[in-house]
Amino acid sequence: MSYLPKPKLHHPKLPTNAIGLTRRDYEGAISTLCAGCGHDSISAAIIQACFNLSLPPHRIAKLSGIGCSSKTPTYFLGAAHGFNSVHGRMPSVLTGAYLANRELIYLGVSGDGDSASIGFGQFAHSIRRGVNMTYIVENNGVYGLTKGQFSATSDLGSVAKKGAVNTDQPIDLAAIAVQLGATFVARSFSGDKEQLVPLIEAALLHEGAAFLDVISPCVAFNNHPGSTKSYDYVREHNDALNRLDVMLPRQEITASYAPGEVTEVTQHDGSVLRLRKLHADHDPTDRASAMHQIMERKAAGEILTGLIYVDPNPTALHEHLGTIPAPLNALGDAELCPGVEALDRINASLR
Amino acid sequence: MKPTDIASPEYFHKVVDCQWACPAHTPVPEYIRMIAAGRYADAYMVNWHSNVFPGILGRTCDRPCEPACRRGRVEEEPVAICRLKRVAADNKGDVSGRMPVIPEARNGRRIACVGAGPASLTVARDLAPLGYEIHIFDGEAKAGGFIRQQIPRFRLPEEVIDEECGYILDRGGVVSHMNRRVDSLKALLAEGYDAVFVGSGAPRGRELDVPGRKEAAANIHLGIDWLASVSFGHVSSVGRRVIVLGGGNTAMDCCRSARRLGGEEVKVVVRSGFEEMKASPWEKEDAMNEGIPILNFLVPKQVLHDNGRLTGMVFEKVAAQYDDKGRRSLLPTGEPDVTIDCDTVLVAIGQENAFPWIERDAGVEFDRWGLPKLDEASLQSTHPQVFFGGDAAFGPKNIIWAVAHGHQAAVSIDLLCKGEDVTRRPPPETHLASQKMGIHEWAYDNEVSLDLRFKVPHLPADKALRDIAAEVELGFDREMAYHETQRCLNCDVQTVFTAKLCIECDACVDICPTDCITFTENGEEEELRTRLKAPAVNTYQDLYVQDGLKTGRVMVKDEDVCLHCGMCAERCPTGAWDMQKFLLETAKPKAHACHSR
Repeated sequence: MSYLPKPKLHHPKLPTNAIGLTRRDYEGAISTLCAGCGHDSISAAIIQACFNLSLPPHRIAKLSGIGCSSKTPTYFLGAAHGFNSVHGRMPSVLTGAYLANRELIYLGVSGDGDSASIGFGQFAHSIRRGVNMTYIVENNGVYGLTKGQFSATSDLGSVAKKGAVNTDQPIDLAAIAVQLGATFVARSFSGDKEQLVPLIEAALLHEGAAFLDVISPCVAFNNHPGSTKSYDYVREHNDALNRLDVMLPRQEITASYAPGEVTEVTQHDGSVLRLRKLHADHDPTDRASAMHQIMERKAAGEILTGLIYVDPNPTALHEHLGTIPAPLNALGDAELCPGVEALDRINASLR
Repeated sequence: MKPTDIASPEYFHKVVDCQWACPAHTPVPEYIRMIAAGRYADAYMVNWHSNVFPGILGRTCDRPCEPACRRGRVEEEPVAICRLKRVAADNKGDVSGRMPVIPEARNGRRIACVGAGPASLTVARDLAPLGYEIHIFDGEAKAGGFIRQQIPRFRLPEEVIDEECGYILDRGGVVSHMNRRVDSLKALLAEGYDAVFVGSGAPRGRELDVPGRKEAAANIHLGIDWLASVSFGHVSSVGRRVIVLGGGNTAMDCCRSARRLGGEEVKVVVRSGFEEMKASPWEKEDAMNEGIPILNFLVPKQVLHDNGRLTGMVFEKVAAQYDDKGRRSLLPTGEPDVTIDCDTVLVAIGQENAFPWIERDAGVEFDRWGLPKLDEASLQSTHPQVFFGGDAAFGPKNIIWAVAHGHQAAVSIDLLCKGEDVTRRPPPETHLASQKMGIHEWAYDNEVSLDLRFKVPHLPADKALRDIAAEVELGFDREMAYHETQRCLNCDVQTVFTAKLCIECDACVDICPTDCITFTENGEEEELRTRLKAPAVNTYQDLYVQDGLKTGRVMVKDEDVCLHCGMCAERCPTGAWDMQKFLLETAKPKAHACHSR
């Protein structure tokens, strides 16, 4: 925790992106989380990803619920729209915002308490409906704000800081997201930005429900021997499926790989996800294979990370509903009050 | 890369750019913090200890610290270090009680200093408190040397010189022999001194050798002699049209003095280009602000006169040409010569060394440029008892170099008198102390000010040009000084990293405002520099590398643009980063064991 704001002075050679902004322009207020919190690293990765993609900050809406994780949107994208909702209700507020205006980029930030306990149903339905969003769970396995009780994602047998052993089965949010029909599912680790930043970029570009489970050690309550979400444990058990490079539509693709080493997935917007395979037998576009990998690695005691599943041609809620493309706030009287004839037509269709 | 050895005094010293660049290694951030706290006398004494003449240097120093200042690399301009030094001197009050005690009992050693300039005075300042008896000889009536004779009063009031020379000369242990020019080194040595320090300066101005020089001699003056005459009041007027030859700081002092003595059309004429001129940029600027044009690439060809009455000068136009080795030569362009009418010419084209009083068989050898052969660190000549310093050692430099030489020579003389090897230089004293007071509280003010450099108020030009003794720079007032102190980045408060405490959470990497920190695979320096969070292109600045991390990676910190804001340490959950103040004091002669202080 710092009292002073981060100094405005920056590196003299700080690069600018395609829209003339520096990475520093994507920052928010200084974090008030505990020093060393994994969540701050995720904020830094979001900042880096948005900078890399040259996203205009004012075209992004960041939404969150309650908890340490849900405080973090204050600490990045200071110029974006923000909404701090009731505990666990981020998905429904996000869904509403998305229905009202599909032109914004939606970034939902939640935690394991917010999404796997109080908001579990909300999480499930927003994924199931295919809301076009990037849904990041900052998963530390404990209730940090209430001093470190086990959360619903704590592994069976995991030991709390004061010695209690967890006897409940954990919820694997990534597995559930695959099962619920998310069209982009990945898992990563706050301490590995090389993996995390491209995954966030790919999720932001994905035109469907993209879910990211990011393991984020709680330095205050869950970073000790016996924890399965500590820096050391995750580093020792991190089993990455693949390494991802995101290529924007206009970007020239130069490096070449031997066949079999690389899978390229072209997303709907033209961006190319180039996956350097670390597990030869996994096809990231195959949901069954994705489920299989999650189960198998879990049985082996490993933490599976990387891009687990992607549907290159997703559809989203607006297409399912056939709603008007224009944001509701841009509609004029003519569209909102189409007149007696239109009402008659609707009534007739229901007779 | 090998892990950085922070125990070596060199490493952190180099991070304190200003102190590293200062020939006397003044701990700049330390005294700037004292000024911020209103502790002017403390700030003055920190300076006095290192550079002996804070009030004088606060007005006249060449300030090598300022181009080195890190602030200039992260913002536009460096901290106004020199002018802050003056603030300490202006506001210090009475510091006489803080000066070291000069012991009644002498240690029986007698040292002669030739010349009463800054180098000799520094030797005396360092050795007198140890019981040495110092004899200072000077041909002039008052001490100060170059400082008193050649720096115009409008830049440096005489009271300041009197005060700071007085701290050395009037407190015992030093015998002044003023109005006594030494004319024989052999005779001096025969008087039985244990050591002789030659700090006689570079007293001779280089002559102009062109046709007409001799005939028109009445109105052509050597710059430094003329400045001395002005200083002593022997000269109080100058011709209406003045040409100043030369591009150094002496030329700038000459032209600005000429403006004040009635020179209406004063022009500076320089052989070289504007950029290559030796004068400090701010001195050129001050001259130009007083309506003095600087004309470049003109080589003196002839002095024009009418039966001995100076009428003007002819110059040849040249251009700079560079050969394959980058050596410059000035070649005529073939354009018509330029004639400039004038009533007075001031020649400030350099200074020459002169040691006519050192007999060639006295045991002191000279090189082919007429400079003494010296050991660079000890300043000992080929005669073991004779030491040189200041402009007499390596040719004309400046006051702060003279002070640095004085300190080194004092160490050497002390070693010599103790029968020790003068080439074995004592190491500097260093202290490293954590500044941590709480989770986000430090013993130093870590907030980084965004203010741009404050300008020192000047006397209005119409007043300044009417009075040659009126000081032009008024100095910062206390409030302005406070705001300027806040621009200092506290580079002496070091980021100290302990790898075994680090859990590699990246908090420091994420918070660092200037992207200094990277955790990555080790490699060779050249290659490592390219793959840091921000490429480390300034190879003069070191990389701080530590290994011993659990993942096998190394922590690499580019020292170049670190703001020393302490954010890395505030965000570190394990205290692997700590902010520790590094204080370095160069070795000074210490009291002998047999003489309690």
